[in-house]
Amino acid sequence: MFKILKREELNPTVTRLEIEAPLVAAKALPGQFVILRVDEKGERIPLTVADYDREKGTVTIIFQIVGGTTEKLNHKKEGEFLEDFVGPLGRPSELDGLKKVAVVGGGVGCAIAYPVAKKLAENGTEVHSVVGFRNKELVILEKEFSSCSAKYVIMTDDGSYGEKGLVTDALEKLIKSGENYDEVIAIGPLVMMKFVSRLTEKYGIKTVVSMNPVMVDGTGMCGGCRITVGGETKFACVDGPEFDGHKVDFDEAIKSSAKFRSDEIGHREKVCNLFRQEVK
Amino acid sequence: MTDVMKKHSMPTRDPAERARDFLPVETGYDEETAVAEAKRCLNCRHKPCVGGCPVQIDIPAFVKKIVERDFEGAYEIIARTSSLPAVCGRVCPQETQCEAKCVRGIKGEPVAIGRLERYVADRHLALNEKPTKSDSNGHKVAVIGSGPASLTCAGALAKKGYEVTVFEALHTPGGVMVYGIPEFRLPKAIVRQEIDNLSSLGVEIKTNTVIGKTLTVDEILADFEAVFIGSGAGLPKFMNIPGENLNGVFSANEFLTRINLMKAYLDEYDTPVRRGKKVAVVGGGNVAMDAARCALRLGAEEVYIVYRRSEEELPARKEEVEHAKEEGIIFRLLTNPVEILGDENYFVKGIRCNKMTLGEPDASGRRRPVTIPDSDFVIDVDTVIMSIGTSPNPLIKNSTPGLEVQKWGGIIVDEAGLTSKDGVYAGGDAVSGAATVILAMGAGKRAAEAIDERIRNGNGK
Repeated sequence: MFKILKREELNPTVTRLEIEAPLVAAKALPGQFVILRVDEKGERIPLTVADYDREKGTVTIIFQIVGGTTEKLNHKKEGEFLEDFVGPLGRPSELDGLKKVAVVGGGVGCAIAYPVAKKLAENGTEVHSVVGFRNKELVILEKEFSSCSAKYVIMTDDGSYGEKGLVTDALEKLIKSGENYDEVIAIGPLVMMKFVSRLTEKYGIKTVVSMNPVMVDGTGMCGGCRITVGGETKFACVDGPEFDGHKVDFDEAIKSSAKFRSDEIGHREKVCNLFRQEVK
Repeated sequence: MTDVMKKHSMPTRDPAERARDFLPVETGYDEETAVAEAKRCLNCRHKPCVGGCPVQIDIPAFVKKIVERDFEGAYEIIARTSSLPAVCGRVCPQETQCEAKCVRGIKGEPVAIGRLERYVADRHLALNEKPTKSDSNGHKVAVIGSGPASLTCAGALAKKGYEVTVFEALHTPGGVMVYGIPEFRLPKAIVRQEIDNLSSLGVEIKTNTVIGKTLTVDEILADFEAVFIGSGAGLPKFMNIPGENLNGVFSANEFLTRINLMKAYLDEYDTPVRRGKKVAVVGGGNVAMDAARCALRLGAEEVYIVYRRSEEELPARKEEVEHAKEEGIIFRLLTNPVEILGDENYFVKGIRCNKMTLGEPDASGRRRPVTIPDSDFVIDVDTVIMSIGTSPNPLIKNSTPGLEVQKWGGIIVDEAGLTSKDGVYAGGDAVSGAATVILAMGAGKRAAEAIDERIRNGNGK
């Protein structure tokens, strides 16, 4: 059992939890993920490590409510426990020797992008962060990003905060203004990562993306997280989760993400109904 | 009158009924049947059956105890050399091991040793007796993985007084007995009970610990005098044919894990699983039979086994093939998939196959399947499950300097199970590639003896 030490709602659909997990905290690095189960009848879901504190023995996760399991997770209170919490899994980000990097985050993907930006800044890399959200209400981690970024641009779809437009618009503007990036790291919805990769390919800038498909064990056992990279099948859990954005077959990944969608919607409705009954 | 040349048949639930639930297919002998079957044993002086058993159970001795209706006495004899009799009684391929050597089998059917083992073990488990912890000898040994090889090694060492810690990557211990073999063939309550018994012996089990990630072998070696790696062969193989990444294509590992470990077939569990209407399972081993029969139990209308050789070469146990056939699984033998076809939404709609014929024997000694030209045809299915084998997971190898492995990933060991790294032993599927529960147990037992000898000789720390 893994204790929830701290819980904070970052926006109406995104929550941050700090979990007591000393063994995971001792090893975790940016780019890696954990797998958790909320309760003994729960499914296993992967979530990227958003932060860790080796001394306190804690790991922070940030999640968006998308299905029944994240709905259940969101109902957990401080002081309560998660049934299982295992990791750190996957390969850590390779962040050494970079002079200037653009970190592009989309929506809840910012939760994964932030530890990467923070680590880069600690390494002495000049970080330019470009983050995008649907609207002002959904903006998260503004303070955190700006504190580790030499440049910080917020984009919203409706213009209710920052600039109106897409992250690709802002990134292209930076590139055109003469910023020379060693690398672009893009973490967010598949569509966003696809178009960031397409843009940077045009400018010949190496681009790393973080893939987060459905998986069971996170150790290479189920093969459920297969994606195609450079024409080869890779397991996101052990070969990734980070890959060369110019080689990932995003169109396939987008179609694959519908694999269990009908189950997910049904499951969330079921969980929501249960909570509603409890409230009554 | 019963025919003394034949085994007493195993009571089995009606195929039409059992194919719709996950309850046990075989219900087991009752006392009278067990005693009558035991009386068929000729009690041969040279005990050929024992030579056929990978852990050398004294078979005629335990069978004699059944005749005497001393069932606990029978259990004690089995337990001397086997740590998981209720499991082995169910899933061992007795027909190629002990029963293949039975003298009764020369003119008729061999004694049903497996069924008798199961009867004795189930009867013992029903007593719910907890083994008592041995006095600690103060030596610590770590075991990685919690499948049959690891549990056997852990149990043998704990009985000798070692303080054993088992590290398991998943949230439930039991390895392939929990995530792979379905409930209807091996009830999880039995595995649970065997693991509880280990806990009573003082074995500490740490779940959610991935060795190679959460901890490394070298870190474990700092705290323990020896390590046994029994991490199995968990990595699924795929065919690398077009369409294999379509939605609706699963490895047997994923499909079975969702069902068996994650209980996706029970409403109160959250794990999603695909309930295909028409399902093709590619492969012909026990795992393929398990996947096919699970798909049927999830409500499929048609389930195909697609296998490139003929019935004779099917690697699955005869009994499992028979059960699958009775339940209505359709066998498409001498059939080899070449492409999985998808619809406009990227979901599986069919599997294109070639017809095969058998040519000259290949390296495995089996006749090589050869494609018949222009024979391709399509089976309409909405789900494809790949069950063409597994290989050892490289996580431990990649994180353990000095641990030598074969080209295909199997850990290299000597006869005692010692690896290329001092103090590190290995056994089971992690060494051999995917094999059977009983062979893994044998390896776990041998390694436990070697570890005990090493530490008693003062080569621990």
